[in-house]
Amino acid sequence: MDFHQVLPILLGTAWLLPLASFALIVLFGPRMGKAGRYAGYVAAGAIIIAFVLSFVALCGWILHHPLSSPHHAAGHPPAVDPVSGDWYPLGSFGSLNLSIGYYIDSLTIAMFCMVTLVSSCIHVYSFGYMHEELHEVTDPLVTGPGGEPLKRRGRYHRFFQYMSLFCFSMLGLCIAGNIAMVFVFWELVGICSYLLIGFYHERKTASDAGNKAFIVNRVGDFGMIVGLMVVCTGLGTFSFADVKDDRGNVTQTGIFHQVRPPEKDFKLTVPDGMVKLAARGEVARIVRGTRSAVEAEREIRQRIPGWREQGCGYWLLVIGGLGIFCGCIGKSAQFPLHVWLPDAMEGPTPVSALIHAATMVAAGVYLVGRFFPVFTPEVLLVIAYVGCITLFLAATIAITATDIKRVLAYSTVSQLGYMILALGLGGWLAGIFHLFTHSFFKSLLFLCSGSVIHACHTNEMPEMGGLRKKMPWTAYTMLVGCLAIAGAGIPLLIGFSGYHSKDYIIAQALSFRHENPLHGWMFYAAVLGAAMTAFYMFRLWYMTFAGRPRDGHAAEHAHESPWVMIVPLVILAVFAVIAAWTVPLTNLGLEPMLEQSRPLGATEGIDDAVLLSRLDHPAEHESHGHAFHVPATFWAFTAALVGFAFATLFYGVRKLDPENARRTFAPIHWFLLNKWWFDELYHFLFIRPVLIVSSWVAAIDRKGIDWLADNSARLAVAVSRLDDWIDRLFVDRLVDLTAHWTFAAGLYLRRFQTGNLRQYVMWIAVGTVALFVLMSLYWSYAIAAIAGV
Amino acid sequence: MNLLTEPVGIPPYVFVSAVLLVAGIVCMATKRNAIGVLMGIELVLNAANLNFVAFGSRFIAGGESTLGLDGQLMAMFVIVLAAAEAAVALAIVLNYYNNFATVDVDRADDLKG
Repeated sequence: MDFHQVLPILLGTAWLLPLASFALIVLFGPRMGKAGRYAGYVAAGAIIIAFVLSFVALCGWILHHPLSSPHHAAGHPPAVDPVSGDWYPLGSFGSLNLSIGYYIDSLTIAMFCMVTLVSSCIHVYSFGYMHEELHEVTDPLVTGPGGEPLKRRGRYHRFFQYMSLFCFSMLGLCIAGNIAMVFVFWELVGICSYLLIGFYHERKTASDAGNKAFIVNRVGDFGMIVGLMVVCTGLGTFSFADVKDDRGNVTQTGIFHQVRPPEKDFKLTVPDGMVKLAARGEVARIVRGTRSAVEAEREIRQRIPGWREQGCGYWLLVIGGLGIFCGCIGKSAQFPLHVWLPDAMEGPTPVSALIHAATMVAAGVYLVGRFFPVFTPEVLLVIAYVGCITLFLAATIAITATDIKRVLAYSTVSQLGYMILALGLGGWLAGIFHLFTHSFFKSLLFLCSGSVIHACHTNEMPEMGGLRKKMPWTAYTMLVGCLAIAGAGIPLLIGFSGYHSKDYIIAQALSFRHENPLHGWMFYAAVLGAAMTAFYMFRLWYMTFAGRPRDGHAAEHAHESPWVMIVPLVILAVFAVIAAWTVPLTNLGLEPMLEQSRPLGATEGIDDAVLLSRLDHPAEHESHGHAFHVPATFWAFTAALVGFAFATLFYGVRKLDPENARRTFAPIHWFLLNKWWFDELYHFLFIRPVLIVSSWVAAIDRKGIDWLADNSARLAVAVSRLDDWIDRLFVDRLVDLTAHWTFAAGLYLRRFQTGNLRQYVMWIAVGTVALFVLMSLYWSYAIAAIAGV
Repeated sequence: MNLLTEPVGIPPYVFVSAVLLVAGIVCMATKRNAIGVLMGIELVLNAANLNFVAFGSRFIAGGESTLGLDGQLMAMFVIVLAAAEAAVALAIVLNYYNNFATVDVDRADDLKG
């Protein structure tokens, strides 16, 4: 069998296994061992097998599509055609086909491997972290009705059930062959995050955080639906790739080839459908003016290039791209919808790791990467700006946060900003590359923080300190994570995974600044962000692990976590180091792998912007040349070093007092500590008006509609009373009388049933004779009546 | 009119049948013995049989168009049914006797209303 036929089966199985696990746990979860102990093994087994299958697919792919050397300066190696098709057609509406399809290229396979690997680690880690849920749980943060801490049943199996569904949704999103299917799994990811963030739903904060995540994502999804509608009406298809029949003829051109047709050298072209939609007045005139439909269609087809020259439909493409990106803003927690992510820390820590590393927020970046060919340069600029603002804003907030998980949450938002920025600057590889490296070191960092919280039972860093001796494995794996996210390495030679990916982003920003000096500030924001990243990460590490314990009680009780929690940490730490490396003397590595699925038209620079004609996205390979790469490395490394140095001075060797700095910059600290007042702003701008309007509506409801309802009810009661009276007086009497008469008749007639047989015979004889007499008397009348005489 | 060669016509038969019927009914209505009542039933049935045969006879009713066997056929049916009925009735009587140690029908008034 051809490998390209096996590939969908492999990945499809890997995709459906978590679903099977979810279904099993839903049906039999509580009965799987004591308190659902084996549910964890089922879920972890499913995801680990999925990882093995994905890894087999990866090996097969590399064998069939040898990775070529990434000679960056000389240009990109050619992209490899994706494997696409449909598993199951759901239905067709006119020319629009909906199906469960697949679109597999090296990016899909790499995502599968990454998601399943990280999820496997998190599943195994959860065995240890969630073991309290195996028996009755006493939640000290919730008070029961009598003021005592709430006691509730453990929800071990339910946790793994949601985790499985989460993995299934994310994998479905990665393998989806059309944007409609992406949307379905997009929403599934959203619902899973809602369920998991609100896992401790007895806590008000947790259920609020779940709601917040869900509602904020709805805002983004609204934009996404607008984008989908534009794609649907303008392109007439949802499918990414061309749809082919059995003989390989293209029956419907996919989204990518419509926007970047192969015959035009993959240059951005407004698709015919959008042009027609924009010039529909003209189209209607032509259709009215000509006799036959064929003639009209021919004329329209002739006129389309002219209309396209005039710029018809270009804004539709812009709106479509912005709409899709809106969804990504929500899901990837970009400014201004970043507010849900820090609150999502209310969920159990493995969930935070899963959301922040492998699934939820990766989905947004993945979609931007997947949809890259469809974005016009203007949209890309918007994307870059959003990413840049996000990365700066989140990094500043992370500096002042004291909750260990919140620091990590804001660092995630910031790193996501980096990815989005890179994608927006045209650095497709840089963005996606950072997505992969980030998912390893961020899941590592979260799991480490979980281990710390598990040991100290607090999230507040000022209460920790000196844990290095108590829990060395956690401390040093976390150090690896910090080094990776800060981008440590030997400049121009080798480094932790974050060093490589962040370098690419900064190099792309530098090269972009070279072409577009107007937007050059984004480069400085990125460099400043890198410095802040190093600062807050080492601040976190020093405050948690270094120095002397600040809370003696907590430190005394702290202990290293069990091995099921240590092993995933070590595995992830290894990947956090080597994820970006290419095996020496070969081309085996993530970067050449991703290079194979470089989107259409992103090989060369993008400079065909219509609305902002001066905009020029430089080709990515230029940024890998010495002219940009060397200074970028220098900038990034220096920035990280500065951040590290400040962190060491403040929190490591304590030469400088953080209290002092806090007092000096009190307003700024206050501003940052309150997270730029985003929550308050949204509260003021959206929640308050909504509450006010709702109170009005409630008043109308109570005073108007309720009054009406109450009085109509009263009227109904009165009418019923009357009706009841009539019923009793007349209808019931009638019925009673009938019954009475029947009874009396029966009473009278029973006298004739004497039980005397001879009497009966007499009655029969007499009756017969009487009938005869009557008949003979009236017979002639009867005959006459029947005959009508 | 020679009674030995000419058909006698309907009236004598009907007369005999009526006498039988009345005798049967009187027997049923007056006898207290259940067996006597059954005998009365037999008389009534045979009265009916006599009528069937008489009215079915080709000499009396039909002329040439009929074989005159319809009435006899019906009479055969009635005899068979009467036999079956008698068997059932006798079984009832036997049971009745078993329960009440008598065959007096006047004592059987359990179903009195």
